[in-house]
Amino acid sequence: MQQHDEPTERVSRRGFLRGAGASLAAGGVVGAIQSDKAGTATVEPALQNAADVVALSFVLNGKPVAVKVRTGFTLLETLRDHLDHTGAKLVCDYGACGACTVLLDGVAVNSCLVLAVECQGRKVETIEGLAVDGKLHPVQEAFIAEDARQCGFCTPGMIMSCKSLLDRKAAPTHQETAEALAGNICRCGTYFNIQRAVDRAAKAKAGGR
Amino acid sequence: MATEDKKVKLVLGFAGAREEVEITIPDEEPVPWDLTTQFSVVGGKHPRSDAQAKVTGRAKYTHDINLPGMLFGGFARSPHAAAEIVAIDTSAAEKIDGVKAVIPMQQERVRYAGQPVAALAATTRQALAAGIAAVKVEWKPLPHAARIEDAMREGAPVVHKNQQSNVTGSGRARNDERVVAELGSSHKVVKATARTQVQTHSCLETHGTVAQWKGDDLTIWTSTQATFGVRSQVADALRIDESKVTVLCDFMGGGFGSKFGAGYFTAIAARLAQMAGAPVKIMFDRREEHTDTGNRPDSIQEMELGVSADGKLGPYSVKLTGTPGIGRGAGAANPMIYDFPRELRAVSQTEVATNAGQQAAMRAPGHPQGSFALETILDLAAEAIGMDPLEFRIKNDSNPVRLAQYEEGARRIGWKNRRKNGSATGRLRRGLGVASGTWGGLGGPSAEVDCRIFKDGSVQVRNGSQDIGTGTKTVMAVVAAEELGLPLEKVRPFMGDTNDPVGPASGGSTTAPSIAPAARQAAYLAGRELKALVAKHLGVDAAKLLMKNGRVSTAEGKGLSFEDACRLISTGEIRARGKRRSNFKTFRGGVAGCQFAEVEVDCDYGLVRVVRIIALQDAGIIVNRLQAESQVNGGVIQGLAYALHEERVMDRQLGHQMNANFEMYKIPGMKDMPEIECVLYDVANGGNNTSVCGIGEPTCIPTASAIAGAIHNALGVRVLSLPMTPDKVLAALATKGAGK
Repeated sequence: MQQHDEPTERVSRRGFLRGAGASLAAGGVVGAIQSDKAGTATVEPALQNAADVVALSFVLNGKPVAVKVRTGFTLLETLRDHLDHTGAKLVCDYGACGACTVLLDGVAVNSCLVLAVECQGRKVETIEGLAVDGKLHPVQEAFIAEDARQCGFCTPGMIMSCKSLLDRKAAPTHQETAEALAGNICRCGTYFNIQRAVDRAAKAKAGGR
Repeated sequence: MATEDKKVKLVLGFAGAREEVEITIPDEEPVPWDLTTQFSVVGGKHPRSDAQAKVTGRAKYTHDINLPGMLFGGFARSPHAAAEIVAIDTSAAEKIDGVKAVIPMQQERVRYAGQPVAALAATTRQALAAGIAAVKVEWKPLPHAARIEDAMREGAPVVHKNQQSNVTGSGRARNDERVVAELGSSHKVVKATARTQVQTHSCLETHGTVAQWKGDDLTIWTSTQATFGVRSQVADALRIDESKVTVLCDFMGGGFGSKFGAGYFTAIAARLAQMAGAPVKIMFDRREEHTDTGNRPDSIQEMELGVSADGKLGPYSVKLTGTPGIGRGAGAANPMIYDFPRELRAVSQTEVATNAGQQAAMRAPGHPQGSFALETILDLAAEAIGMDPLEFRIKNDSNPVRLAQYEEGARRIGWKNRRKNGSATGRLRRGLGVASGTWGGLGGPSAEVDCRIFKDGSVQVRNGSQDIGTGTKTVMAVVAAEELGLPLEKVRPFMGDTNDPVGPASGGSTTAPSIAPAARQAAYLAGRELKALVAKHLGVDAAKLLMKNGRVSTAEGKGLSFEDACRLISTGEIRARGKRRSNFKTFRGGVAGCQFAEVEVDCDYGLVRVVRIIALQDAGIIVNRLQAESQVNGGVIQGLAYALHEERVMDRQLGHQMNANFEMYKIPGMKDMPEIECVLYDVANGGNNTSVCGIGEPTCIPTASAIAGAIHNALGVRVLSLPMTPDKVLAALATKGAGK
């Protein structure tokens, strides 16, 4: 008897995506895996032989990674559970909060709505890769200076959305910032500080930082 | 060392009203800070000590703990809002590949949709989901009442087994008769019924725990507001010694009152881990977070208020009704703040059980709901006697801090240009509103802090309770840096490990005012030991030594740099323990605040846009201005969410929450933000050696009420129910159009 109380989950967008991902993997993606180096991380031993496990490689924060995943894995659970990148957070599991935001080929995406297999051969940037050689990105520095977080749980996603915005627009208006961050929820209520942080980071970048 | 008491004179109060007091304090207490203290670190704008970890993704929350061989734990839950469990069979679940442990949570019946019936642990999320789906329960569904109006109906299904009715409380107050009589002879009597909704805490990091055994020792990582509370509750539930349990919480992603206890899931994670012989992680999903971790109870508040012709508050009758779900406690703080004649108040409280998850303390429990109703009746009373609503409040409020705030707030928002209620015309109408808040937030025992000074001149302050994102760690460091005369970056604060000194649960805005004085005393005592070494070394009187600007020296400059002084330490390190003592005589109990709102209402669509909020807040002696402002902004934004956005929606027929997600449960975003002007009042309350007070809660109390007042001013009609969504605004407008 099915009694798990998840009516929405059964018809979720990702449930649909999972099905689509499986067929995608059966097509071109698996072939592309052949040239991989040895895996740097794997799924649990119990899954090693499952039929829907594929080897996957992509560029994570500038470094190539190879990992075995089930075709239904999201990018988020792959990063968090299998690649020890826990910066991006699982909050709504539904693309409604932005806490899992990462950049895929430079575009901000909800990694809970992206299948890992979609990332084959592509570039993924996460909060862990933002600082270069220990030097913080201007957005990170601005978030510190403007106290643009309290509990900090939304922060990795929020910062990646801000970074994506500033990559596209050097000096966004407040309206543009609000549009760009509309998909990121902060429960502690630091939006006001975040707005100031975006302004500060834009200025710092313009100053040749 | 001498332990004689010492007498000290202090200047307390705030810029608008100073008072001198003399108090006696023990020798081991530093002289309390007051209005005359010259600070070098305290009161500045300091980035938080853990900011770098949070902006780089290095901060590890419970959600982020991955241990080798760790299993995923979760729950099979009831699909029924009320049902008897005829039989439960977990044998099929146990056979699922990857499922390592199953605990049936024996129950005769369930009383809300989503109530757990079995716990499982499995090697993967997928195996866990398969295991949960394989738990077989034979249900006998029962009729249910998931909404307060359904549960109050005559003949409604009864939620609790051995009760006649869902309603508890007589609905009568002790002095009802007298108040009714006095109302009869009042100059004017206003009546209104205000309603507030159920709000969920919606912590971004859901409730969860990771449990790991090493032999008989248990380590718990948990997202909590009470590390020490979790330690004792888990030890108690598992019947093991508290000495075997360590609770860790380096970072946590929001609690707002809902993470005050261990929760059933923590002991279950530990049990599953024991059974499976592997660490277990349980993190709730978003639906579980909405439905099974608590909520702010709703309220129906029926009020009658008498006022005199000159605008003084008179007899006041309030009948409060609210639902705690299957739990207990659904009170609203009404009345508060204003000078109601004490003997002329008749307040009764009724609770209504419903088939829904139980309530939990939520940021200023009872206050935002009480405030919404109270400020509503005040605005209506002012209107009835033709008095300006701000003037009416000033006439009935004797708090000196708030009186100063009313004046300043009115000036900043341009209150003198406020138009008469309902005189605005056109599609977009603007209005102004005002409301007040109060809180305790002065803290107390028990809290202890260790200050360690190392031979190389570096310093730690340590406390074992938690920083829930409010910045308590940084508060400790600022206070200790001030006391030791060091720059902030020299002091490293640590929290979130129960092997460090004891501290409070984070509730009632008491964490900072409980811990800061202990941190200061710890630094004071450690500094005194260092001074003694320097005094001996240089042959000067220790009492003449000051710690300032990174030096330990006399006023004339004879001394050593802090680092050179630390080289005199021969014992490895100096370690001193500061202990929070009871509060001293305070300037004034309570933490005063008020807020002004400006709104613009679109009368075609009923949409309310908040243009501006001026938040004026008594914040004690402000330790870190940057994070104090963040606290105020956060409170205002949650208040705005309460005013316009958030509402748990229960389906009458299914008994399920229909919006247990973040798509349909509306948390405001960047585009909903008004301009927020935060005006902090530095108040030396003298309650402890730092005058620190907590402001997490008071700032979220008056926002919705001020917004409601502004809508009233714009439209000339009151919206009596939260959240003030477009349908309600249009309905209110329609009553006005009908000739009211």
